[in-house]
Amino acid sequence: MVDLSALRSKNRLFYVLLAVAGLVALGGMYAVHMMESHGHIISGMNNQIVWGIPHVFAIFLIVAASGVLNVASIGSVFGKAVYKARAPLASLLSIAMLGGGLTVLMLDLGRPDRIIVAATNYNLTSVFAWNIVLYSGMFSLVIVYLWTMMERRMNPFNKAAGLAVFVWRFVLTTGTGLIFAFLTARQAYGSALLPPMFIVLSFAWGLAVFHVVQRVIYLWNEKSLDPAIQQRTKNLLGVFVIGSLYMVATYHLTNLYFSHQTGFEHFILLNGGSITNMFWWGYIVLGNLLPLLLIYTPGLGKTKCVIAASSLVILGAFAFLYVFIIGGQAYPLNLFPGYEVSSSFADGQIATYQPSLYEFLLGFGGLAIAFIITTVSVRVLNFMPQDKPYIAD
Amino acid sequence: MSDLNSQRRQFLKTTLGASAVAIAPGMLLYGMAHSKSAAASDKVRWGMLIDTAQCKEGCNDCVTACNKQNGLSGGTKPTDSQFIRKISIKDVSTGYEQSLPMMCQHCEQPPCVDVCPTQASFKRADGIVLVDRHRCIGCRYCMMACPYKARSFVHEPLTDQNPDVPRGKGTVEACNLCVGRIDNGQTTACAEACPNNAILFGDLNDANSEIALKIRSVASTQVRADLQLNTGIRYQGL
Amino acid sequence: MKLLVTLLLCLCIPAAWAADANMPKLDVGAGGQCVKDTQWMRKNHMHLLKHQRDESVRKGVRSEQDSLKNCIECHASTKDDSVIAREDSFCAGCHRYAAVHIDCFECHASKRKAVKAALAEKEVQ
Repeated sequence: MVDLSALRSKNRLFYVLLAVAGLVALGGMYAVHMMESHGHIISGMNNQIVWGIPHVFAIFLIVAASGVLNVASIGSVFGKAVYKARAPLASLLSIAMLGGGLTVLMLDLGRPDRIIVAATNYNLTSVFAWNIVLYSGMFSLVIVYLWTMMERRMNPFNKAAGLAVFVWRFVLTTGTGLIFAFLTARQAYGSALLPPMFIVLSFAWGLAVFHVVQRVIYLWNEKSLDPAIQQRTKNLLGVFVIGSLYMVATYHLTNLYFSHQTGFEHFILLNGGSITNMFWWGYIVLGNLLPLLLIYTPGLGKTKCVIAASSLVILGAFAFLYVFIIGGQAYPLNLFPGYEVSSSFADGQIATYQPSLYEFLLGFGGLAIAFIITTVSVRVLNFMPQDKPYIAD
Repeated sequence: MSDLNSQRRQFLKTTLGASAVAIAPGMLLYGMAHSKSAAASDKVRWGMLIDTAQCKEGCNDCVTACNKQNGLSGGTKPTDSQFIRKISIKDVSTGYEQSLPMMCQHCEQPPCVDVCPTQASFKRADGIVLVDRHRCIGCRYCMMACPYKARSFVHEPLTDQNPDVPRGKGTVEACNLCVGRIDNGQTTACAEACPNNAILFGDLNDANSEIALKIRSVASTQVRADLQLNTGIRYQGL
Repeated sequence: MKLLVTLLLCLCIPAAWAADANMPKLDVGAGGQCVKDTQWMRKNHMHLLKHQRDESVRKGVRSEQDSLKNCIECHASTKDDSVIAREDSFCAGCHRYAAVHIDCFECHASKRKAVKAALAEKEVQ
């Protein structure tokens, strides 16, 4: 006998959640409207910090959107049944986050009304322009991939679609890394290490998001996840976190070795104030060490620990991107190496940045859009992972 | 069904054709009837040679002239546009101090043009790097890419612009080498305003121009020459 | 199909009558015809402006006659020197009537240059 009243209250909870997310998205729209009518003056961004909080949110969502597909790829490309059962949910999350991230990115433009211009005037040397193709291609590919999984007649094409998605997501994250890697003049960027670093980061962030969403869906449906599966994906998260820590360490250590980069590294690692704190406490401690402890300490590593670790990895991701994007711009460009420089345009000075409420509204609006796409889809279609009795493969 | 489709297609074709026939001759005739100024030529490469020895610390005349020419407020908040700015530099090891104007260096290989997704940043045939505000979507990627921090973003709605220099909210802007004045046969506002004639403007490609002659006879440098962007603005005495 | 189109067109006729009656009376400034006749310009001015804008911004081909600045020079109101300031201003009046958004004046000056220069001089004095 199904408990009707419980079902009803759950139903109500669903709509309440949806309404709350709708309100948050509306808040984002309000921020866009305000920035449209007043200009970016009401944001904290300026001529020194040209990309701010909206870009932190957008890049997190886009990178995680590609990373979450890793779960699907392990299933489809490498044939692991445990992951294959999770491929539909991973694909859905990817579409949702990509949608949210791109919305934020588009709406932060100075002239979002000219988006048709971006689509019709195409500069072949611009990574941004490549990314327009990469993002829309990813969207369509993942939708086709989902179709091959959810429609029985399309099943034979699943392997091919899975492979295409696998390749595409690597290219896509490379493209995201290249946005920064191609900036020759900035101390923080302009390194060939950035695309692979973003790929490894995407693995960790995507899997972390997946863990959290999967947990919520299991709780909602009053199911429990097979501990053996939990164990496997938990260990994978651990490996990804270690991998990303390695990449970030390599990035900073190589910089430290070049004397023309030490000034920048000192700023990030030692005397950057909030940036430095954000790096060590936010990214290293909260985003890496604590999750690793939660995952690997003997006796820990149960469901609660995995979810806590995943949430911390997500938090760490925001801290990392803040340091990378804001910190990277705050350090002045080196126009005259060997000279002390000053001017009315903040040459030679560390730029200050005070993010405004509107930027956060826009960023959270993007998260809300991803949330809405996910919850509605999970409700109307069957994205629940269907595990066969666990067999190690 | 297919009959209906072909009918519809026919209808569309006819209307489109008719409107094209109606407009085209007008445009054509019109184009022939009016003479226009010649297009920017790729034989020319506009540039400047800035003599830092003649540039005085504390003098801001070039900046003022630029602000007036381009209708800038002259404010120096982090959100205000600055096309040209005076930079004071001091050699860390020797203590030697200099002052010089810094603006868009009008590179031959401009990073801003490479990264612009819509080709709003572009280099004119005569080497002037410009922003086509009709295409700029305000993504600010060029500001990230510029090694000289030459670009500004218009953060607020503007009114009462200079009719010769349109500029508006949500787009990126920078020194345009006074392109309108150049097309008029004039020199740039900053070069004209400099009391010590520290800024020499001219055609780098014309072997007999004053700037080309001088560049052959004195040592000049490009800022961030290591990036090999081949800037149009050169500095003497740096 | 033909019948449908004919019907739709028939519906347009009264609308067109009504429209003509409400045509805005525009303040055409000094007015006059320098490019083409009024009807042609009503229909095609945007093509000219767009063509000219790309030619002059990207190639440096400047034609005094086709420039937006030159249009404003003659067509700005003789009262307030603007093409958008009032209900019946030259650009704004018609665009409001046709419900077509003009993007030009977010960047371009909407007043004639001569006046601006005179004003600036006055300020200096």
